[in-house]
Amino acid sequence: MKIVVCVKQVPDTKGGVKFNPDGTLDRGAMLAIMNPDDKAGLEAALRLKDQYGAEVTVLTMGLPKAKDILLEALAMGADNAVLVTDRVLGGADTWATSTTIAGALRNMDYDLIITGRQAIDGDTAQVGPQIAEHLGIPVISYAQDIKVDGDKVTVQRQYDDRYHVVETKMPCLITALSELNEPRYMTPGGIFEACKAEITTWGRADLKDVDDGNLGLAGSPTKIAKASDKVRKGAGEKVVPDSPEDAVSYIVGKFKEKHII
Amino acid sequence: MVTNNIEEYKGVFVFAQQVDNEISGIAYELLGKGKELAEKLSTEVTAVLIGYQVKGLADKLAEYGADKVILIDDPELEVYRTEPYAHALASAINQYKPEIVLVGATAIGRDLGPTVSARVATGLTADCTVLEIGDFPLEPKPGIEQKHNQLLMTRPAFGGNTIATIACPDNRPQMATVRPGVMQKIQPVAGAKAVVEEFNPGFTPNNRYVTIKEVVKAVSDTVDIMDAKVLVSGGRGVGSPENFKILEELAEVMGGTVSCSRAVVDSGWKPKDLQVGQTGKTVRPQIYFAIGISGAIQHVAGMEESDLIVAINKDESAPIFDVADYGIVGDLNKIVPQLTAALKSEKAAKNKN
Repeated sequence: MKIVVCVKQVPDTKGGVKFNPDGTLDRGAMLAIMNPDDKAGLEAALRLKDQYGAEVTVLTMGLPKAKDILLEALAMGADNAVLVTDRVLGGADTWATSTTIAGALRNMDYDLIITGRQAIDGDTAQVGPQIAEHLGIPVISYAQDIKVDGDKVTVQRQYDDRYHVVETKMPCLITALSELNEPRYMTPGGIFEACKAEITTWGRADLKDVDDGNLGLAGSPTKIAKASDKVRKGAGEKVVPDSPEDAVSYIVGKFKEKHII
Repeated sequence: MVTNNIEEYKGVFVFAQQVDNEISGIAYELLGKGKELAEKLSTEVTAVLIGYQVKGLADKLAEYGADKVILIDDPELEVYRTEPYAHALASAINQYKPEIVLVGATAIGRDLGPTVSARVATGLTADCTVLEIGDFPLEPKPGIEQKHNQLLMTRPAFGGNTIATIACPDNRPQMATVRPGVMQKIQPVAGAKAVVEEFNPGFTPNNRYVTIKEVVKAVSDTVDIMDAKVLVSGGRGVGSPENFKILEELAEVMGGTVSCSRAVVDSGWKPKDLQVGQTGKTVRPQIYFAIGISGAIQHVAGMEESDLIVAINKDESAPIFDVADYGIVGDLNKIVPQLTAALKSEKAAKNKN
């Protein structure tokens, strides 16, 4: 079985967000990490490899420094890594990104493609389903459990108040939730192997069946009209009462003031 | 990539999500917004109702503002699956050519929306919080044609730290998903009727039709936290699932319900449908108690529109105090039960008068 896991390098917004003095996001000070949902997708692939035997390839599109997360993936146990990087791909929205990744996947062998549900920078959850659409294969989003039996996959697909047990034939694409599993750590042996491993680097010319008009900023149907830092409503009052009784009378007093009670 | 004949595209479409033959609240919210956008564009709002034996739901959509209902009814559409639903919605778009398509950012819509946008080759803006009609670029720029009557879609990014306004000037339709709880429904107009047009593009199963082996519903007798007027929300600081009892007692005296942060769901203390935040639900109650919640940006993004926020946390530097109207630094284990008792006696005294 051949599995391709699509991963993205993102700024870590979870472990505390850092701002510049002018209030903009300080990306330089924030760690660049493998997107958490993607990491869960990689872990799912590695578990399938442990269980049934599989060749796991990680694929990313990004700046040359995105190599870091590919090395991490190799150290976790992935077999191959492909970096798609090219100036003409910059500024891509989800349409142009999914077109690019589908173009790379057309040059690869796969039974199963796994992506994270969404990346923590854009939070759109669009690229996975759009890749499947471009490739004409079934998509199962929001996977909370994945099982393989021969050429069939069975997935628990999460919804708001239920889940569906869904079955389909491979090839197919699955988007993984970070709830799916607890990703493994890199092993010392894995890190050693990763350092020796070769990362395949592809550019525009290596994408198959893709129009120039669908790539990068120019090929993105959505355009940014304006971007700004979010204006938050700001803090109200903060008190440090001497006792729980004081805390309670403070709240009760405020509620009376506001005619809540 | 550019859509030809952009001027042929007219009208606003709303995907009227239904589950188990019941319209989801988000469909009414989107109709409210869709109606407002349609009025600005001097056009109509159309609900696209997809399912099996769902014709009876059309009148409800009319009451909430739909001028027209496109009904796509087929046995293949009984339970949501990406493929037949994407085929249904994409076919309706290709047939009727709307200029705007709104979809709920639900576990269904966030799968259907991207698939359909890729199929009809247009842009999709996810999780919008503001939708309005305006010019793109916002200000006239030399050498660039400023287009009017564009859908301007505003959304948070970077975990709610930044906000961007996005347009889709050269492709149609302009597609957006919107999270539940963000837009307002209209006051329903009893007895309103909409033109119902039946449309069936044909459904022939192919490799992309997955098989549903089982549907497992979460057993939940709790109220939807999105409908609650008062939410008493607990975080990791509550300490244990048992200790949520003191929050439940406070919720009861306030006539509210209990919700929680992601940490609580991840620890298995509470079910996912009670989770507030970016990967949970967006809520805007009249009063939101944040108890033992540190206030990670992802949590704040789901509750900051609440009318009044009361935070209790022992950590003085917790970021939740940056959004709280009333922040109390102290031990929740002592404050919450005493607060419940005090509110109870206030209530009793009031009832006596």
